[in-house]
Amino acid sequence: MNWILHYNYWVVIFLMMTGLYLVFARANLIRKVIGLNIFQTSVFILFISAGAVRQASAPILSESITSYANPLPHALILTAIVVGVATMALALALIVRIHEAYGAIDDDLIHRQNGES
Amino acid sequence: MILEHLPILQVAIPLVLAPLCLLLRNSRLAWVIALVGSLWAFACAVLLLTRVLNNGPLEYALGGWEAPWGIALRIDLTGCFILLLTGLIASLVIFWAKQSVENEIRRDQINLFYCMYLLCLTGILGIIATGDAFNVFVFLEISSLSSYTMIAMGRDRRALTSSFHYLVMGTIGATFILIAIGMLYMMTGTLNMADLAERLPPLRDTTTVRAAFAFLTVGLSLKVALLPLHQWLPDAYTFAPSAVSAFLAGTSTKVALYVLLRFFFTVFGVDFVFTDLRLDVILLPLSILAIFVASIIAVFQEDVKRMLAYSSLAQIGYMTLGIALVNTSGLTATLVHMFNHALIKGGLFMAIGGLCLRIGSTRFAVLKGVGRAMPWTMGAIVVGGCGLIGVPLTAGFVSKWYLVIAAIENGAWVVVVAIVLASLIAVVYVWRTVETLYFNDAEQDTSLKEAPLAMLIPTWLMVILVVWAGIDTGMTVGIAERAALALIGNSP
Repeated sequence: MNWILHYNYWVVIFLMMTGLYLVFARANLIRKVIGLNIFQTSVFILFISAGAVRQASAPILSESITSYANPLPHALILTAIVVGVATMALALALIVRIHEAYGAIDDDLIHRQNGES
Repeated sequence: MILEHLPILQVAIPLVLAPLCLLLRNSRLAWVIALVGSLWAFACAVLLLTRVLNNGPLEYALGGWEAPWGIALRIDLTGCFILLLTGLIASLVIFWAKQSVENEIRRDQINLFYCMYLLCLTGILGIIATGDAFNVFVFLEISSLSSYTMIAMGRDRRALTSSFHYLVMGTIGATFILIAIGMLYMMTGTLNMADLAERLPPLRDTTTVRAAFAFLTVGLSLKVALLPLHQWLPDAYTFAPSAVSAFLAGTSTKVALYVLLRFFFTVFGVDFVFTDLRLDVILLPLSILAIFVASIIAVFQEDVKRMLAYSSLAQIGYMTLGIALVNTSGLTATLVHMFNHALIKGGLFMAIGGLCLRIGSTRFAVLKGVGRAMPWTMGAIVVGGCGLIGVPLTAGFVSKWYLVIAAIENGAWVVVVAIVLASLIAVVYVWRTVETLYFNDAEQDTSLKEAPLAMLIPTWLMVILVVWAGIDTGMTVGIAERAALALIGNSP
């Protein structure tokens, strides 16, 4: 039953595929961005769960704590989350501008307008 | 001494200057600041290059924290070479860009544009200088996010959608790179590239390391725009402001390629990449496909910027072809072509930017016969075009020459034939441009003036460099050869 113990990786793979599917299968730009967000989040979980140690506490300096989780992945993922937020903000800002310019946020409708111009 | 801190100062100064552009809200001042930042990057690159040429690779511990705990910067000869390229292109483009930017970007956004330009430069310089795998991801995102913003500033509303699509593809690529870095960290417990190179060989048969390699290669290929992953590039280059096209064509894909080289040769090692996994078996056909498909598509474009974008894809194919041949001449050709192509494409996009300033469009239908009224711009396009084809005495010839030598060394005659045939396709699309611009009769009234001198001088500097790099190969090929030897020799 080894694979059940690695359930965190199955969650990661499931989220990753869900996110990628949304990005490619949906024409609505907002849904694409949501998919992208889910995809990025799956990687955050991958990092953080890799840093976890069973029966260990949070990495706080104290005499009673001898085994603790690896803090580095958390630090890395904090950075990655900031990058993710910036990407999301830029994507949403672009969608606002696209909506102003095209009056639509659907890829197919935008393509049709681009084809005409 | 300030010189000791040069590896980080060259990244930090543009980073500090960028918010100044934002705060001062003055477009003229912002241009000066951006020019200072770019020239600083160029000066640092020259200083670093002389030091690395004399004393070997530079190591720098950020904040005084030594490597396993802190972030290390490491600049070797390959890095210096790309730094020099970036500094050169950034300075010439910004020197050229003032009028083009005033013409193409909304007045209230000009200072924001220069802010983004400096941030993008920061990201690129950081990617080159760092010796830490996670840091590569962070700097990559800094440069990518600012490029998305700059592309979206284009006048055409399609700039917005092309920027959005680039953002989606670019983020997927960057996240793939992040997954790869995570997997490497899980296996080795380090993010430092030198430590990774030490600890990876015993683990090379594990699925995790192989999966990491696959994620990394695909993620970076997206950023490089290698053929099946290229869809974002033509739109982005076509609708971006001219200055952005010139800057990105010269730097962004080259830097992604540099990261690829660095991971292939100094982290994973030649043995792992090309003996165990036989990446060359995939990379070689893809490169040749890229060269042919992109060149043929370029012939049929209606817009000169779009044509140049597709031609860029073909040139990227030449660069990856050099990697796929896995010998010193091939790598030399890759490095030299990165440099030469940046000059050629930068020069061409700058010349086209001059046309765009005077005429307001880059569509072939509108550009008929305009070359006669703008002889200097036309001349730059012709020389740049010769460089693209690879005519002797231009930079393009040198890189193709080394590529042919590399192919002959491997006995790959098919590749030699492919290179020559693809150059003939380049003749077709370059000639089509020259014919439309010069030999077709002008439709509109000729009140057309030559591009302003402030734009012609940097364009021609770039074009002169193209010719110079084609005649005196000591600088480019000399450094590239040493860098290629170091890359292949350093492999664990």
